[in-house]
Amino acid sequence: MHPAYSVILFTVSSGAGYGMLFLMSILAGLGRLPIDPWFSWPAFVIALGLISVGLLSSLLHLGHPERFLRALTQWRSSWLSREGVLAIGTFGPAGLFALGWLFFEVDTQSPGLAIVLLSVVTAVLCVATVFSTSMIYASLKPIPQWCRGDVPYGYLTLSFASGALLLNALAALTGSTFDGISIVALIGLVLGYAVKTRYWRGIRAANPLSTAGSAIGLEKGTSVRSLDPPHTEPNYLQKEMGYRVARKHADKLRQFAYIVGFGVPVLVLLIGLGLSGPLLTALAVIAAVSAHVGIVVERWLFFAEATHAVTLYYGAESI
Amino acid sequence: MTDLPATTPTRKLGLVIDLDTCVGCHACAVNCKEWNSGGFAAPLSDTDPYGAEPDGVWFNRVHSFEADTKGAGRTVHFPRSCLHCDNALCVTVCPTGASYKREEDGIVLVDEDKCIGCKLCSWACPYGAREYDVNEGVMKKCTLCIDRIYNENLDEAQRVPACVSTCPVSARHFGDLSDPHSAVSQLVADRGGQPLMPELGYAPVNRYLSPRSETSQAAALEPTADSVEGKFLQWVDRLLS
Repeated sequence: MHPAYSVILFTVSSGAGYGMLFLMSILAGLGRLPIDPWFSWPAFVIALGLISVGLLSSLLHLGHPERFLRALTQWRSSWLSREGVLAIGTFGPAGLFALGWLFFEVDTQSPGLAIVLLSVVTAVLCVATVFSTSMIYASLKPIPQWCRGDVPYGYLTLSFASGALLLNALAALTGSTFDGISIVALIGLVLGYAVKTRYWRGIRAANPLSTAGSAIGLEKGTSVRSLDPPHTEPNYLQKEMGYRVARKHADKLRQFAYIVGFGVPVLVLLIGLGLSGPLLTALAVIAAVSAHVGIVVERWLFFAEATHAVTLYYGAESI
Repeated sequence: MTDLPATTPTRKLGLVIDLDTCVGCHACAVNCKEWNSGGFAAPLSDTDPYGAEPDGVWFNRVHSFEADTKGAGRTVHFPRSCLHCDNALCVTVCPTGASYKREEDGIVLVDEDKCIGCKLCSWACPYGAREYDVNEGVMKKCTLCIDRIYNENLDEAQRVPACVSTCPVSARHFGDLSDPHSAVSQLVADRGGQPLMPELGYAPVNRYLSPRSETSQAAALEPTADSVEGKFLQWVDRLLS
C-alpha cells in the first residue's frame, strides 16, 4: 500500500495526542496530574493540537474535503465514519475537562465529581477513537497484513507510549514534578515492543491468503504468470496499492524502528531514573524524539509492507 | 445508506465471462470507456492521454496471463471489472453513503455527489474494480451500464452492457444470476462457473468460465523439424517455417 504522508502524519500525530489526553484524563481522575499551570497549559494545547493537526491532515487527502460532514453519517457500518464521529465527539468532554482543569481551582488530591466524570468520559473516547482508527485498517480483508487481530493493539500501545513520552518530556522541560510518568512511558514502550514483535513475526509466518490462480478463477494451485498487462503505464491501482520501494528495505527499516523506536528510548529512560536536573531533561527529550522517529518508520512500514489482493493481477504470485 | 440491502436482492444482474473463448482483443474495455465517458459516471477522466505517462479511469481492464493447466502452458486472457458482490465490503466501508448496492437488481453504484474521495472503498475491493478520478476527486466504478440495460430508447438487443454488446467472440454474457433458469445461470451450471477469490468471502455475483481442458491438442504441438529426414527437406522446412 502506498504510504501517503498525510495518513502517516494523521495516525502518528493524532495517536500521540489521544495518548496524551488519555493519560492526562486517567491521571487527573486518580489525582496524579500536576496542577502546575506551566505544565498543564502546554500539555492541553499540545494534546488537542496534535489531534487537530492529525485530523486536518487526514482531511487534506480527501478529494472533496468540503463534504467531510457527510462522513459522520454511516457509523452503523463504516469504521471510518465511527472514527470521525468519535474524534469530533471527544472534543466536547475533553474541552470541558481542559477548561475545568485550567480555569477552576482543582484540588489535585480529590478533584471533584465533575472533573472525575469528564476525565473518565474523555479517556474512554480517546481509546475508542484510536481503536476505530486501527479498525479502518484491520477490517480490510484484501490486505492480510492489516486484517489481523493484533493491529488494534499495535495502534493502542504505541499511542499510549507516545503520549506518555511526550508528557514525560514536557514535565522535565517545565520543571514540574510528575511522579511515575517515566515508568508509565517505559511500560508503554515495552508493551509496544511486544505487540509489534508479535505482529512482524506474524505477518512473515502467515500462509498466503490468495494466489494469482484463485484471483482469475482457476484452481488454487495453478501456476499463473502475468504475460501482458492491460496498460503500458502504472494506473491508479498500482500507484495506490502496488507500492514496493520500502518493502525492499523492510528488514533494515524494521531494525531501525526497533533500535530508534524502542531500544534508545528505553535505555535513555532507564538511565534517567536515577537522575535529575538538566541531564534528566535532555534524556527525556531524547527519549521522546527518538521514539517518535521510530514510530514514524513503524507507520511507514505498516503501509509499505501491506500487500493488496489486486497486486495478484499485476504480477504478484500470492498475498 | 452504506448498509447492504436487508433482504437478498430479488434479481442479481451480472456477467458471465468465458475465459475459454476470450481472445484478449480489449474491445470490451474500449467500448466500456467509450460508452461510460458519456454515461452515468461521466466523465472518465484521463491525465496525459497523448504524453509519455498516460493514465485514466477505466472500468474494465484486460490482463493476459500464462497458466500451467494440466502440464500444458496456455495463454489466458482475463477481463477484470466489478463483480457486483453480494457481500460488497466497498459499500459497507463507505463513510458517507455514496456507495450503495441496489435492492432491485444488486448493482453496486457510487453517488458521486456524496463521495468525499477518501479512497477507502478502493482499498476494500480485492478485485481492483474501483478507480479514482483525480480530476473530479471522486471514486468511479462499473455501473453494469444501468444507462443501457433499462434504456427504452435503445433497441432491445442493445439493452446489455457495452462490453457485452461489443465482444466479437461472445465471450461475455449478461443476465440474472439469481434465476436458475436464466441463460447465464445455465452456462454457469454447465461449465462450472467460478467466483474469483471465494476465500475472501465477498460472494461475487459475476462468474468466470475456466478454459476447457486441451491435453490432446497440446500433445500435437510437438516440433516437426527434427523428424524431417534429408538435407533438402530440412532446408524446405526451414524456408517455410
